[in-house]
Amino acid sequence: MLHCRLAATDLACRRGDRVLFRGLSFALEPGQALHVAGANGVGKSSLIRLVGGLLRPFAGQIERHGAAGLVDEHPALDPHLPLARALAFWTRLDGGAAQLERLGLAGLADVPVRYLSTGQRKRAALARLLGQQARIWLLDEPLNGLDREGVELVQALTTEHCAGGGICLAASHQSFAVPGMARIELADFAP
Amino acid sequence: MTALAALLRRDLALLLGGGRRGGTVLPPLFFLAVAMLYPFAVGPDAPLLARTGGGVIWVAALLAAILPLDRLIEPDLELGMFDQWALRGIAEEWVIAVRVLAHWLAFGPLLMLAAVPASALLGIDASTLRTVELGLLAGTPGLAALGVTVAALTAGLRGGAALAGLLTIPLAVPLLVFGAGSLAPGGAGGIALTGAVSLVLLAIAPFAGGAAVRGSRQ
Repeated sequence: MLHCRLAATDLACRRGDRVLFRGLSFALEPGQALHVAGANGVGKSSLIRLVGGLLRPFAGQIERHGAAGLVDEHPALDPHLPLARALAFWTRLDGGAAQLERLGLAGLADVPVRYLSTGQRKRAALARLLGQQARIWLLDEPLNGLDREGVELVQALTTEHCAGGGICLAASHQSFAVPGMARIELADFAP
Repeated sequence: MTALAALLRRDLALLLGGGRRGGTVLPPLFFLAVAMLYPFAVGPDAPLLARTGGGVIWVAALLAAILPLDRLIEPDLELGMFDQWALRGIAEEWVIAVRVLAHWLAFGPLLMLAAVPASALLGIDASTLRTVELGLLAGTPGLAALGVTVAALTAGLRGGAALAGLLTIPLAVPLLVFGAGSLAPGGAGGIALTGAVSLVLLAIAPFAGGAAVRGSRQ
C-alpha cells in the first residue's frame, strides 16, 4: 500500500478581512481519522478546501502525500445525465469502478441526477469518492441530508477506509462515530 | 491524455448533444436570421447587398458567437467540477484548452456551413464566399478562445451573461477588422492577419481562463 500522510503546521485561514482560525496543527498517518467540529462559520469548509489545495493558506504549511478525494455540497455530477452515466465520467478519469450497490443506489442507475433527492445526491457523491480510490478522504459535512441508515453507512465506509490504511479528515457539526477518530474543535483556534 | 480525452468527450456531449446545455443550432440559426433580415432592411439592391454582404456575415458571426457564452464555464463551476479536476491534478489550463477546442467544434464548422445559405440570401458571388469561408476558418478559433476566456472571467458574476457579451465585442474587433478587411480589394493579407489574431487569442486563453477559474475560488 502506498504511503500517505496529511499534516498541517501552524495553519491560518483568512476569508475576506476575517481570520477564521490560526495556529492549527495536526498530522494524520495511515489509518487515522480526524473529525473537525464546530459551529457554522468557524471555517470547517475552508479548512477542507485548504487541505485539498483549493484555497491558499493565510499562514502555515500543508503537507499532503497521496491523492485526495473530496465530498462537499457539490455532487459534481451532470444533472441531466442518468446517475450511472454521470458517475461513469469520473470512473473513466479515475480508472475505478462505480459503487452503486454499496451505497444503496442500484435501483437509481437510470434516473437523471436532477431528480435525485438531497440524500441520494450525497450517496452518489460518496459513490464517486469510492470509485476514485483516493488514499485521503476530505469530507465536508458528509452526513448532511442523509437518513439514519445513510449516516451509519458513511461511518462504516470511513471505518473501513481507515482500516485499509487510508486517512480521513471530516468536517461536520454533527457527531461522527468512527472508532479511534480524533476530534478537534475549530473554535478553539479562533484568533 | 486519457483524462483530456474524457474531458473532450464530455464537453462535446454537453455542447453538441441534443441541446443538453442548450442550442448547438441556436448560433447558426441566429446567424442566418441576421443574414435574412439585412436585405429586408436595406432593400433589394443587389450590387449594394453583394458589396456589403461579406461584412454583414462577419458581424452576424461575431454576434452568434456571443450566444453560448453563459453556458461555457459557469455551470461547471457551480457543479464543483473544477474542484474535482483540481484534486485529480488536472490543471485548469488544460480544462480550458479542451473547452476551447470543444466550443470551436460545436460552433465553428456549423457557422461556416450556415455561411453558404447566408451568402445566397445576400447575393454574394462564389469567389467572395470563398474568401469569407477562409476568413471564418481563420477567425472562428480566435472567437472560440475569446469566448471561453471571457466566459471564465465573468463566471459567477451578477449579470455575467450580459457582461460577457459586452466584453467580447470590443475584444473581437481585431478579428472583425482583418476578417472583413480581407474582402476589400487588395485585402488578401487579411486572412493571414485574422489567423495571427486567432493564434494570439488561442495562446492566451488557457492561461487567462485558468487563472480566472482559480481566482473565483478565493
